[in-house]
Amino acid sequence: MTKRLRLVILKDNFRIMSDIKFAQAPTGVEGQGFFATSLDQVIGLARANSIWPLPFATSCCGIEFMATMGSNYDLARFGMERLSFSPRQADLLMVMGTVAKKMGPVLKLVYEQMAEPRWVLSVGACACSGGIFDTYSVLQGIDKVIPVDVYVPGCPPRPEQIIDGIMKIQELVKHESLRRRHSPQYQELMASYNIQ
Amino acid sequence: MNHSTLLHLLSQRFPEHIHILTLADGKHMPTIEIPREQIKPVLNFLKSDPKISMSFLTDLCGVHFPDQAGKELSVVYHLHSFIHNLRLRIKVFCPIDEPAVPSVTDIYAAANWMERETYDFFGILFEGHPDLRRILNVDEMDYFPLRKEYPLEDMTREDKDDRYFGREGHEGVTFDKRVDRQ
Repeated sequence: MTKRLRLVILKDNFRIMSDIKFAQAPTGVEGQGFFATSLDQVIGLARANSIWPLPFATSCCGIEFMATMGSNYDLARFGMERLSFSPRQADLLMVMGTVAKKMGPVLKLVYEQMAEPRWVLSVGACACSGGIFDTYSVLQGIDKVIPVDVYVPGCPPRPEQIIDGIMKIQELVKHESLRRRHSPQYQELMASYNIQ
Repeated sequence: MNHSTLLHLLSQRFPEHIHILTLADGKHMPTIEIPREQIKPVLNFLKSDPKISMSFLTDLCGVHFPDQAGKELSVVYHLHSFIHNLRLRIKVFCPIDEPAVPSVTDIYAAANWMERETYDFFGILFEGHPDLRRILNVDEMDYFPLRKEYPLEDMTREDKDDRYFGREGHEGVTFDKRVDRQ
């Protein structure tokens, strides 16, 4: 093998090993040494790729979430390396599992303790609608207590589905206007849940 | 000491009150029925008698029999003697318009939460209980969910078609109404 050929193979291998995808840059005006875009989009890009989720896992969907966090599915690829077990530092509330009516106020308290902007992902049939537990003691969907951004159906959903839901959340985060949380519609939504 | 001597001892001590429902047969524990006023003396005897020494109240729960007039509500006690390896089930009945049974918390401390649970689900009032309030259900609940007259399903839901639940004529959202709404 010639030295030159060896070099080419080496280069090829390096290219395969470092096949890193960068986040797509927002649309803007580009020139030599500068790039101009709107603040909304830059902040959205940063937020969407550094979400800190708070897992609120009450049953079997929580096990699927653990698989999602684990090395096989690896949620860290989406900038979610750090789970926040304190609602104060969390951006995304992930509700996974059956929520009993007695648990409702607790869930609402956790949501209220999160700082804006905050998003909610409802994972599994129980969190979305009560699931098979159509009974007096179970909350028929967490949207009776807190507003939900993305619903992931399934009993329980596979990690791929949870990841799909997370990517939907990322899309929402990326394209959210910085003024959205001050809009009258949003205030109205919060008021309808009796949240300050 | 075995189950038949246990029943014999009990019948001797409370000759007028013990009503034997089932005998022990290898698989099942014996079951007796007693009037509700007798629950405390009987449990006291079973716990303190050294020949029996039933020191463990395994379970205490309620049952609702809506068709048994005058004996609609039942409280079931399961007892266990570690020393003699004996088990005994005691049933006590009370009418639904007077759902009261003496509390046994002063005999078995374990009865405290179990009586609260039985109150929570069946509305049986345990007289002499130190803190009789709901334990598992939400505090705002205004009925006793395991009584048979209440449906198991969540009553706040509006999206269900009654015909698929065998409730024709029952007020609720029907398929036709749902079509209209769309």
